[in-house]
Amino acid sequence: MMDPADNAVTIDLPSNYAVRRYKDWVMSGLLILATLIAVTPLFMVLGYVVLKGATAINLSFFTELPKPFGEVGGGVANAIVGTLILIFVSSIIGIPVGILSAIYLSEYDRHSWLANAVRFTTDVLMGIPSIIVGIVVYTALVLAMGNFSAIAGGVALAIIMIPTVIRATEEMLNLVPYSLREAAYALGFPKWRTVLQIVLPAAAKGIITGVMLGVARVAGETAPLLFTAFGNSYWSRSITEPIAALPLQIFNYTMSPYKAQHAQAWAAALILIVLVIALNLIARFALRSKNA
Amino acid sequence: MLRSRTRLSIGDHTLKILALTMAVLVLTLMIFIAWQMIAASKLSIAKFGWSFITSKIWDPNLKEQFGALPFIYGTLVTSLLALILAVPTGLGLAIFLNEMAPSSIKTVVSFLAELLAAIPSVVYGLWGIFVLAPWLQNTAEPLLNHMFGSLPLFQGPPLGVGLLAGGLILAIMILPTIAAISRDVMAAVPNTQREAALALGATRWEMIRTAVISHAKSGIVGSIMLGLGRALGETMAVTMVIGNSSYIHTSFFALANTLASVIANEFTEATYPLYRSSLVEIGLILFGISLIFNTLARLLVWSVSRNTKGGHVV
Repeated sequence: MMDPADNAVTIDLPSNYAVRRYKDWVMSGLLILATLIAVTPLFMVLGYVVLKGATAINLSFFTELPKPFGEVGGGVANAIVGTLILIFVSSIIGIPVGILSAIYLSEYDRHSWLANAVRFTTDVLMGIPSIIVGIVVYTALVLAMGNFSAIAGGVALAIIMIPTVIRATEEMLNLVPYSLREAAYALGFPKWRTVLQIVLPAAAKGIITGVMLGVARVAGETAPLLFTAFGNSYWSRSITEPIAALPLQIFNYTMSPYKAQHAQAWAAALILIVLVIALNLIARFALRSKNA
Repeated sequence: MLRSRTRLSIGDHTLKILALTMAVLVLTLMIFIAWQMIAASKLSIAKFGWSFITSKIWDPNLKEQFGALPFIYGTLVTSLLALILAVPTGLGLAIFLNEMAPSSIKTVVSFLAELLAAIPSVVYGLWGIFVLAPWLQNTAEPLLNHMFGSLPLFQGPPLGVGLLAGGLILAIMILPTIAAISRDVMAAVPNTQREAALALGATRWEMIRTAVISHAKSGIVGSIMLGLGRALGETMAVTMVIGNSSYIHTSFFALANTLASVIANEFTEATYPLYRSSLVEIGLILFGISLIFNTLARLLVWSVSRNTKGGHVV
C-alpha cells in the first residue's frame, strides 16, 4: 500500500512520541538507579574489610598463634600456613585429575556417551553446595581415619576444584587449532608427545588461568572444612591432624562474643581477601599476556 | 626401529589410560557422592519416610524427632527474597553495562564485579553480622514495621539477624552471578538486531526491550536460575546471619535456618546416629534441589549460547 504521504520530505513524529520518549528517560533512570543499588553493597563489603582490617592488622598477626578467646592480641600464623597447606594438598590431587580428565575429553574422546556423561557430571559437581562435599568427605574419610585432618580438608577442596579445572582446561585445549596437531603427527610425533609437548604448551596460559581461578575459589571455602579440616588453635604437626585455616578462623572469631576477636576477624578477612584477589589478578594477567 | 616403536606405543597407552582413568574417576566421584549421602541417611529415611519432608518438628534434644520443613521453608524464603532483590538490580546492572555505559566504565565495573564475586562467603557473613544486621535492627526493620506493620511478614521485634538478613546477604552474593551471566548472554545478541530496532524508530529502551531482552530471554532466565542455585546452597554467610532457629515463623524478622545452615550449625554437635543421619538427609534434599535447578539452568544457558553462536559479539 503506497500512501502519498510516505513520500513527504518532512518527518512526522508519531503522535505518541512524547510518551515513548518519556518512557525511555524513566527506564534509563531506573537502569542507572539499579546499577547504583547493585554496586553500593558490593563496594561497602570491600570497603569495610579494608578499613576495619587495616586498623586491626600488625606484624604479630602474621607471626603469632591465636590468643585464647577474650584476650587481646595474638595472630593467625598457623591459619595462614594451614590455608597454604590445604591449598597445596588440594592442588596436588585436584589439578592432575582435572587436567588429565580434560585431556581425555578434548584429545581422546570428544563425542562418546562417556565424554558427555563426564561433562554433565562436571556441571553437576560445579553446582553442588560445598557443604555437601564436607558431609561426604566426613562420612567417607574422617570417620574412616578416626579424626579430622588436613588430608580430609584437602580432599574436600580438591573435589570442589576439579570441575573448575576440567572446564577451563577443556575449553583451552579445544581452542588449539587442529593443524598444530596434524603438523606434529606429520613430523612423526606419537600422540602422547603431541598432547604433552605441543597441545598442552600451546594452551598453557589459559590452563594456568583456569587452574588459578579454581585455586582462588577453594582458598576462601569454609563450609567444606567445618567437618574435615576442623580448625586448630596450634600448629599441626602432620597432615593427619586437624589443621587451622583462615576462613575457619574468621568464622570462629566472628561468632565469638568478644570484641578483641571481632577485630581479629576483620584483619584475617583482609588477609584472605588479599590472597584470593591476588590469585585472581595473577590468573587474569596470565591470560591477558597471552592475547597481547 | 622396532624398539622405538614399542616405546612410543607404551607412551601412548599410558597417557590414554591415565586420562581415561581420571575421567572415569570424576564420573565415579559423582556416583559416590550420591551413594554415600543415601547410605548415610538410611537410618533417618527408614525411621521417618516421607514425613521427614512434611514434619515441622525438629527436636534433637527431647523427643529425638526430625522434620525438614522449617529448613525447607527457611531456604525457600531467603532464596526468594534474594531473587526479588537481586534480579531487578542485577539485570539493571547488566543492561546498563552492556547497552548504555561508555566502554571505560563498562570495563572497570565488570572487572570489579568479577573480583567481588570472588570474595569468600565467610567474609560476606562477617560483614553481614557486624554491618548489615545492626543497620537492619536499628533502621530498616523498624521502618518496615512502621510502614507495613499490618502485614504479618513485618511484625515482631527487630532482631537484625534472621530471615531478612539472610535474604539480603544472599541477594548481594548472587547479584554478580546474575549480572555477569546475563551480560554475557546479552552481549551475544547480534548488533544487527539492535540496529534494526533503532532503524525502525525505536527509542533506546524500546530497542533494549524488543531486540535485546526478548532475544536473550531464555539465557537471562538461565542466569537467574544459576543465581537461585547458588542461593539455595550458599552456606556460610547465611549461617552467620540467619540466627539459627528450628521453628517456622511468618515474620521476615524472625530467626530461622536454611537446609545448608542447619547442617553447618549442628553437624559437629550431632551426638547420636539418628541425629547425624537426619542432618545428612537434609543434605540429600539440598543435593536434589540444587541438582534440579542447576541442570535446568545449564540447559537454558546452553541452548541460548548454541543458537546465537554465529552472531557472537566481543
